[in-house]
Amino acid sequence: MSETLPRLSLEQISCTFGDYTAVRQLDLRIAPGEFVSLLGPSGCGKTTTLRMIAGFNAPTAGVIRMDGTVISSPGASLPPEKRGMSMIFQSYAIWPNMTVAENVAFGLKLRHIGREELRRRVDRILATVRLDALAERYPAELSGGQQQRVALARAMVIEPRVLLLDEPLSNLDASLREEMRFEIRRLHDQFHFTTVYVTHDQGEAMVTSDRIAVMNAGRIEQIDTPFQLYTRPRTRFVAGFIGRTNLIEGICQGETIEFNGFGLPRGLFEDVTPGSGTVLFSVRPQSIGLHRARPAAGVCGVAARLMERAFLGETWDYLVAPGQSGLRLKVSALPNHRFEVGDDVWLEFDPAQMAPITE
Amino acid sequence: MTRSLAEPGVGPGVGSVAGRGRGRAIWRGLDLTKIISAAALLALLFLVATPVGSLVISSLRSTDTGAFTLENYVIAYWNWSDIQALGNSLLYAVEVTVLSAVFAVPLAWGVSRTDMPGKGLIQVLTLGAFITPPYLGAIAWILLAGPNAGWLNRAWMAVTGAEHGLVNIYTFSGMVVVTALYAFPYMFVFTSDALDRVSSEMEEAASILGSGGMRTIFRITLPLVLPAIIGGAIVVFLDTVALFGTPAIIALPARIKVMTLQLWQFFEFPVRAEAAAAYAIPLVLVTAALFAVQRVVLGRKGYIALTGKGGVRRPTVLGPWRWVMFAYALFVVGLAVLLPYAALAQAAFSKAWGLGFHWANLTFGNFSALLADPASRETILHSFTYSAASACFAVVLALAAAYLVSRRLGRFTKVLTALCMAPLVIPGIVLAIGFYSAWSPPPLALYGTATILVLGFTARFLPIAYVNCMAGLRSLNPEMEDAVRILGGSRTLAVTRVVVPLLKKSLVGSWLLVFIPATRELSVAIFLVAAHTRVIAMMMLDLSENGSFETLAALGFVLLLATILIVMVGYRLVGRDFMLRRS
Repeated sequence: MSETLPRLSLEQISCTFGDYTAVRQLDLRIAPGEFVSLLGPSGCGKTTTLRMIAGFNAPTAGVIRMDGTVISSPGASLPPEKRGMSMIFQSYAIWPNMTVAENVAFGLKLRHIGREELRRRVDRILATVRLDALAERYPAELSGGQQQRVALARAMVIEPRVLLLDEPLSNLDASLREEMRFEIRRLHDQFHFTTVYVTHDQGEAMVTSDRIAVMNAGRIEQIDTPFQLYTRPRTRFVAGFIGRTNLIEGICQGETIEFNGFGLPRGLFEDVTPGSGTVLFSVRPQSIGLHRARPAAGVCGVAARLMERAFLGETWDYLVAPGQSGLRLKVSALPNHRFEVGDDVWLEFDPAQMAPITE
Repeated sequence: MTRSLAEPGVGPGVGSVAGRGRGRAIWRGLDLTKIISAAALLALLFLVATPVGSLVISSLRSTDTGAFTLENYVIAYWNWSDIQALGNSLLYAVEVTVLSAVFAVPLAWGVSRTDMPGKGLIQVLTLGAFITPPYLGAIAWILLAGPNAGWLNRAWMAVTGAEHGLVNIYTFSGMVVVTALYAFPYMFVFTSDALDRVSSEMEEAASILGSGGMRTIFRITLPLVLPAIIGGAIVVFLDTVALFGTPAIIALPARIKVMTLQLWQFFEFPVRAEAAAAYAIPLVLVTAALFAVQRVVLGRKGYIALTGKGGVRRPTVLGPWRWVMFAYALFVVGLAVLLPYAALAQAAFSKAWGLGFHWANLTFGNFSALLADPASRETILHSFTYSAASACFAVVLALAAAYLVSRRLGRFTKVLTALCMAPLVIPGIVLAIGFYSAWSPPPLALYGTATILVLGFTARFLPIAYVNCMAGLRSLNPEMEDAVRILGGSRTLAVTRVVVPLLKKSLVGSWLLVFIPATRELSVAIFLVAAHTRVIAMMMLDLSENGSFETLAALGFVLLLATILIVMVGYRLVGRDFMLRRS
């Protein structure tokens, strides 16, 4: 991360409701212009975190700073209306008693922008989200996707210091959701608003974000770029939550790591020191090669038997049992790599794609 | 870093608001909430808590010395007739409740679930019964069933040659019938609302298993809506126990003792307000207990709430029986609306109603006399202005309280809810005695002022406004208000620009639902009214005592026309079902 002052910094933030702790001692720093997602299952505290950033909830411990100034603390919080942020809500929260243009102009009017300037800005942002033809419509006359764009326009037109999005796509149908992900990223590339995006959909987070913070039980498990998060998950939860994976346990014995039914040289894994003891690896199904013949020397090949299979169209899903063990591994292969149940096969492991789970 | 939508680097207001926020500004938003919260609490303490508290305290306090005593309870219950009145009131309420169910349940089923003809007509006439003040219905029934002189009796004697009439309104059973005729719409609303939620699939599931039509109705349909029927029954029971108008018109001349009339007697000279307070306490306890029962009964979900409105409803085909059903429905609304209004119309346009239908007897004089008399004009004006003022107060207060409660603002949300709903368990007559004992003495000395009537009406109908506002606010996603705030608007702005415009219909509906009953409110008025603050209900009672049924009928029509006009405006503004909706 850069050395500059972070736009937002959450320092040891906790939030409890009665006996229930929604967020526990969370730390997060977001640079100006950065797009960060809070990703996690429902109840993991991501929306609570977002609402604390917005000022709707106050933390019960810790502080939130914006550009170095404390804006939230257990004693006193700057109310949402004084934060210069904007937010897109799960329900869109478009005001049905105002037209599209009035909705979008609302925040600008509060900032006492002159009429000419206000019109110009409203027109421009509506053109940007491709709603210029619908400016005089009422929200009830718009489709879900169009309402979503109104919410985007309304939030962005005020040029917020921080843009907050709370599961903005969860009420759209699947194809529209796909389209809007790219739209949100495109708008970010255009305007570079510092953005915090809450979602439970890893696809959305991967497409839109510079960095993703994976949350679980009120904590951030790991925060990284989408690529790092997928290829180098550091916790068991992250490995299981982002994509599908095989978690296999190996025991460090001298220069080999013994797995259940097979062994691999320890030297191939730079993160694993001789005294590591038991190590858990996350191995993605598509990182395991499947062959009929024994792979060439120098490649980590393991004999296995094919136990189950399912054809998903874009891929084959195989379940294989390496060696004589009871271990079952998921392997994903291209449609032309066709095997039958009961075939004897060779698995090819790529140590570079085996991520040791360190936490 | 940020590429501006307008000129680079220009973000007026945005940077600066957050910058200066650290100081006093942090608290500014919170302060207003606190002020409103405190104001609402004070208003409710004034309207509800103090009168009730004062009632309880004065019941325990000696009239002369002010010391703690139970002697008021002894005075209140010393006479056998006072205890008898208590028993009569309970019996009266039970019989009215049962009869209301006999009227309401078949009608609700017929309208809601069968192919009975004339459903619209029956619904409109039930609404007609709903908006008829019970005492006006009772007066109309004096014209119909007064011994010998009543139209029904005269017809009976003319047809059969009998020497005496068939029916006598001045009896206990006469009072029960007349009361039930104007109480059954409550049960109708509860029951048909529940029946509307029962999906036909539940009945079909029984039919496919071989259950016959009647069996399905009694084993499936009615049990499903039983909680709603019981809920309606409790409302009718409580309403009847606390009813003042009908007993005043019928029981008084018939020398039947009921509780509300006894309460009134304590206010005859010499006024024994403390004894009245003591006498009223059991009424409050009974009411509170029954409301608790109702909450338990209606709170048992799993009955109808499971399906919601989603289920398909196919009307039960009755075949020729649908005409029987229709005849019964017509019989009920005929007794409640058609016959009474015919009798009232005859009286309103007659020089003397007893002379019957002759051209020579026809006159518009009753109306012109009524409208020419400055005293009666003033009375009508009082009713409408006081009611309008009460409706405005009630809606503003209810909206403020409901907003604070639904958005969980401030520390008093539980207290606010309790105080707003409390008048529901306090019979109007008891509330009025509470107002009398709390606000008659100095320093406020409000007795006899228009203010005390307006406040009394406000308190009495506050729960209606509160429940309506609450329902409206629940249907509004709080994110709408959050969106205003995050864009830089205060909570006040969120309420004025978003909440109020979106709840416009709810608020107008609440206003009407307070205004309409307030125009005819009797039980609160009777204890708080003075000669110069007379309202329509009081005037009707006086006219009835004087036997001036012609003027009274004309006044009834003026009130009815005004109400119909208001209901129609309400329909236009709010939608067709605003009065027959259970919220």
